[in-house]
Amino acid sequence: MNILLMGNPNVGKSVIFSRLTGVKVVASNYPGTTVGYTHGYMKLGDETVEITDVPGTYTLEPTSEAEEVAARMLENGDLVINVIDATNLERNLYLTQQLLERNIPMIVALNMWDDTAHRGIHIDLEKLRALLQVPVIPTVAVTAQGIKELVENIPNATSPESPIRSSDERWAVVGHITEQAQHITHRHHTWRERLGDASVRPLTGGIIALAVIAAAFTVIRFIGESLIGYALDPLFENLWAPVMLRLSDLLGGDGFFHDVLVGQLINGEINFVESLGLLTTGLYVPFAMVLPYIISFYLVLGLLEDFGYLPRLAVLMDTVMHRLGLHGYAIIPSMLGLGCNVPAILATRILESKRERFIAATLISIAIPCAALQAMIIGLVGQHGVQYVAIVFGTLFVVWVILGLILNRFTKGLSPELLIEIPPYRIPPWRTVLQKLWMRTYGFLREAVPIILGAVLVINILYTVGVFDAIANFTAPVITGLLGLPKEAVTAIVVGFLRKDVALGLLAPLSLSASQLVIGSVVLAMFFPCIATFVVILRELGVKSMLKASGIMIVAALLVGGLLNLILQ
Amino acid sequence: MPDGRSVPLSRMEAGQSGRVVQIQGGQGMVNRLGALGIRPGRRITKVSSMFMRGPVTIQVGNAQVAIGFGMAKRIVVDLS
Repeated sequence: MNILLMGNPNVGKSVIFSRLTGVKVVASNYPGTTVGYTHGYMKLGDETVEITDVPGTYTLEPTSEAEEVAARMLENGDLVINVIDATNLERNLYLTQQLLERNIPMIVALNMWDDTAHRGIHIDLEKLRALLQVPVIPTVAVTAQGIKELVENIPNATSPESPIRSSDERWAVVGHITEQAQHITHRHHTWRERLGDASVRPLTGGIIALAVIAAAFTVIRFIGESLIGYALDPLFENLWAPVMLRLSDLLGGDGFFHDVLVGQLINGEINFVESLGLLTTGLYVPFAMVLPYIISFYLVLGLLEDFGYLPRLAVLMDTVMHRLGLHGYAIIPSMLGLGCNVPAILATRILESKRERFIAATLISIAIPCAALQAMIIGLVGQHGVQYVAIVFGTLFVVWVILGLILNRFTKGLSPELLIEIPPYRIPPWRTVLQKLWMRTYGFLREAVPIILGAVLVINILYTVGVFDAIANFTAPVITGLLGLPKEAVTAIVVGFLRKDVALGLLAPLSLSASQLVIGSVVLAMFFPCIATFVVILRELGVKSMLKASGIMIVAALLVGGLLNLILQ
Repeated sequence: MPDGRSVPLSRMEAGQSGRVVQIQGGQGMVNRLGALGIRPGRRITKVSSMFMRGPVTIQVGNAQVAIGFGMAKRIVVDLS
């Protein structure tokens, strides 16, 4: 049996999904968190049933790609759990009516039930059940309240006779149901609502946005630097380095295995950034340089997501984003891109048109460095002073804007207008925030660490075989002539195809000047995306758009790198 | 039909309420707005609008919706 979880966006389907199946999925407080579908399984009596977390949709007449996915899924379902936001009964019931017309057994989860009372909403459950003729179970997914009852009632799902109606007729039925089953009393605005309204007013909204962004940066830096300075660096330097020196001795100080495992000793010491051994640099880069910023970035992003701030930022940024051929909601995939480009490019599905998706994905893959690369930039370029880090990020931001203006001008088609629901501010329970942080951190450890280790291994082998020398001589005119970097820097660009964090690390032993490091960082960020991003762009946009995006990438990276070379050196 | 008390949503003041009387757009736009509960006869309150023809935020029932300026111009609201 296949059970579908369906409902409007941002009603808590993913949280219910996690509760039912134990499968952890990312849930946030904004419409469109789930853009693909996730399957999971649960026990129902003696039977194992499949549960599908369907992307949220307001209507079965799809208006975006995520909604199309939802409409298609319905054809393969045997039963629907319609998740309804109890604080928004009327609008949610429109989809319920459409689902009833499909004659598929249904049960309703009336979620966010705890939120109704203080919002002055009173729902008569018995009346609602009688009017809908399906089981209605009040739930609070974040605390698991009502989930047991929901599961117990799945066998009671019914499919009452329901004629196919026109949109006006549906709204009439919905109006009748809400009038009968819901009663609203007056109440005063809460501070969260006032803050919510202030966040979308021009003046107060701007001030709040600046404050939020400044606070986010400060917290990310503080947590990242503290983790490195007080925990991970001491751990590696004081505990791991002596072990590695010992191992170096045991392996005889040189030879292939020594170089692969420990790497090159620099002045008789382990240098975790430059030694390039699997057990030295291969562990230090992911765990001591990148991981701290992954943790701090995703903690802050998770808080912003769950509190419900991002859609408001979308409203504030809408006018600006239109100049770049996007609308405000594109700010959400862009922010995700600061963590990792892969989920960011998937998230462009929340944008309505192909044109927007192409522009957004191209801008993300060129001008938005992922957290891993940012961590390395801060770690390596930062040694020469904060101003150089600022030049790197400033350049990428200018590229983002100018490239957006150009793409807007020369990409065919029109960009649709912003039309989004703004969720209320919610205070997320710490448990859910930490759970999401752990999911994303674990995702990094599972997916990135093996590739980083693989990249270090490949680098060692290619060095030994001498492949890099051949490439370096071949590309020297561009690397040295145009970008002003030593010809060996091409290894970083080649390795950048695997992982950009390791790639940037390869620039460390070349004793570059601060300006050269800046150029290297910018070119590496803009040049070809890492293989994971490459695959996801190819899958999401198709071969043609991928080739177009790659062409733009190469030209833009060389152009900007060349310009920086002229200006800085 | 819109009369003297009817204005486009884009021209309403923040805090003003009214009833949607007409959506001057194609079926696609009518459907998209309708799905969010914005349809003729519905009472809405304007929360804010961004300057430089930025989006308009409105309250519909218990939900808030942000609407691009171009669309907001084509939603006619009766203020009486």
